[in-house]
Amino acid sequence: MRRRGKVPAAIALVLWLLVVAIPVYFIVVTSLRPADAYLSHGALPVPTQLSLDNYGRALRLGFSGFLRNSAIVTVATIVLTLGAALPAAYAIVRNRSRLVRVWLSVFLFGLAIPAQAVIVPVYLIITRLKLYDSLTAIVLPTAAFSLPLAIVVLTSSLRDIPDELYQSMELDGAGNGRVFTRLVLPLSRPGLITVGIVAGLNAWNGILFPLVLTQSSRWRVLPLGLWNFQGQHGTDVPGLMAAVVLSALPMLALYLFGRRHLLRGLAAGFGR
Amino acid sequence: MNTATASLPRGRDGSRRRGRPPGGGTGSAAYRQRPGLGWLVPAGVLFVVFALLPIVVVAYLSLTEWNGLGAPHWAGLANWRSLLHDTEVPHGIRITVLLTAVSWLVQTPLALLLGVWSAGPQRHRAVLSAVFFLPLLLSLAAIALSWQALLDPNFGVPAALANALHVPAPNLLGDPHRALYVVVAVLAWQWVPFHTLIYQGAARQIPTQLYEAAALDGATRVRRFVSVTLPQLRHTIVASSVLMIVGSLTYFETILLLTGGGPGDATEVLPLHMYRTGFVGFDMGYASALALLLVVVGAALSVLIVRASGFARMDSDREGL
Repeated sequence: MRRRGKVPAAIALVLWLLVVAIPVYFIVVTSLRPADAYLSHGALPVPTQLSLDNYGRALRLGFSGFLRNSAIVTVATIVLTLGAALPAAYAIVRNRSRLVRVWLSVFLFGLAIPAQAVIVPVYLIITRLKLYDSLTAIVLPTAAFSLPLAIVVLTSSLRDIPDELYQSMELDGAGNGRVFTRLVLPLSRPGLITVGIVAGLNAWNGILFPLVLTQSSRWRVLPLGLWNFQGQHGTDVPGLMAAVVLSALPMLALYLFGRRHLLRGLAAGFGR
Repeated sequence: MNTATASLPRGRDGSRRRGRPPGGGTGSAAYRQRPGLGWLVPAGVLFVVFALLPIVVVAYLSLTEWNGLGAPHWAGLANWRSLLHDTEVPHGIRITVLLTAVSWLVQTPLALLLGVWSAGPQRHRAVLSAVFFLPLLLSLAAIALSWQALLDPNFGVPAALANALHVPAPNLLGDPHRALYVVVAVLAWQWVPFHTLIYQGAARQIPTQLYEAAALDGATRVRRFVSVTLPQLRHTIVASSVLMIVGSLTYFETILLLTGGGPGDATEVLPLHMYRTGFVGFDMGYASALALLLVVVGAALSVLIVRASGFARMDSDREGL
């Protein structure tokens, strides 16, 4: 019985492995293939020579600047989202008043608002706030749209802190600020990591807000840089692939660094 | 900003009416110190200015004519009248619903099986999970543009394969009947790893005793999956589905980069139609009417899912303690 179940599972696994690995193989190999070899022989043959020229070309076309802009937007979005969502989650869990419940439902309703449905008024508000064409213009709405999920995850991870811990701190005369920094902050770490990762991925991947809220190449973030690269150099697929690999390297570093936390955080956030 | 801040009530509030003092007689003193609405201000302001206020503004803009630069002019119901006659709207809704449904059907079973498998103790599991994870390292734009290049009818991989086999080269993204399913495949490639992670984390938390008991009863592998794993993961399935279905409205960014809505209008989902009307055609008023339609669809979808899911029960869980 045991063996019979394993064969289809193994076949499915190998198939999915190929589905994932083959495109990644082509992306990496194409990025290392000399551009003229790609044009004359296409993507298929095993390359006879490899070169880093494509990477040099991508960097010369501004990719270090795009990387920096994306990094700033991502870090700022994570900080702003966590800084706003954790106090809110604390109030939601510890203060059971009717108004706080209303705010919880408002944030839950936020899960339903698709960002692109409000992009026209967000554009209007950003221009009226004189923030148009700046990195701040990307960070503020991106963080705002990360809040609903952040509050859901953090609220559910704060609910797991036993009442007795709060009570003993309160009996010791600790105010809200001390309860927050000494109890809530350390104990919500898995939730914070999950939320940070999800908000960070949103910011790193975001296309719509940067597309609509910035215009100068100075504030261009990575996804738009990639798109632009493809638009201006229509057939330069090796260059594009080099840029794609470059854009993935910071994520790879983060992944190797944070893998364990990520899994634990996701388990805490969705594992019920 | 000011209006939003001013509208937020501050300080302590009706907490005395609703809550129960926590445990015993010591309650009331500690109780008064509980965090007030002030703790909600940063999140509240950010959320009101960039998510709630825009819904009101989009409703207003839908009644105006505005090219995005000057001042909006009042236009009454003109935009809504043209919406009724816009054949792209029912088409966009149909494509959006089809894309969401097929994507859910493809991604959920894949992610569930992969997640449960990778939570187990098999050999090589760590290496394989790392490979599954690879697409998550690539940004949405990187994935869409890479696939577009890989599927290129002249230089792409399927074209090269077809040439080598001397069969006609397929133009997968250029075929109106296939393009939508290519989009579904690319989206699955992109998102299955994320949902796999969610399921992997949740499957690790299933108590092993349940499996041992089932094994003692002689349950087969399939039986154990159906009777132990699935029921234990039901909240996770709901959470993952919520993320997937609500998130499917954002698939439009992938489509914008991968097919641009084409060929023809074969992959023109409703959000893409809205984006193009506003920011390519500079008809912000009409785009706002379309956007309001999106808000309604999105809200209806989520209310439905939140009702069916554990999120709405967050309060009552605690109430019972």
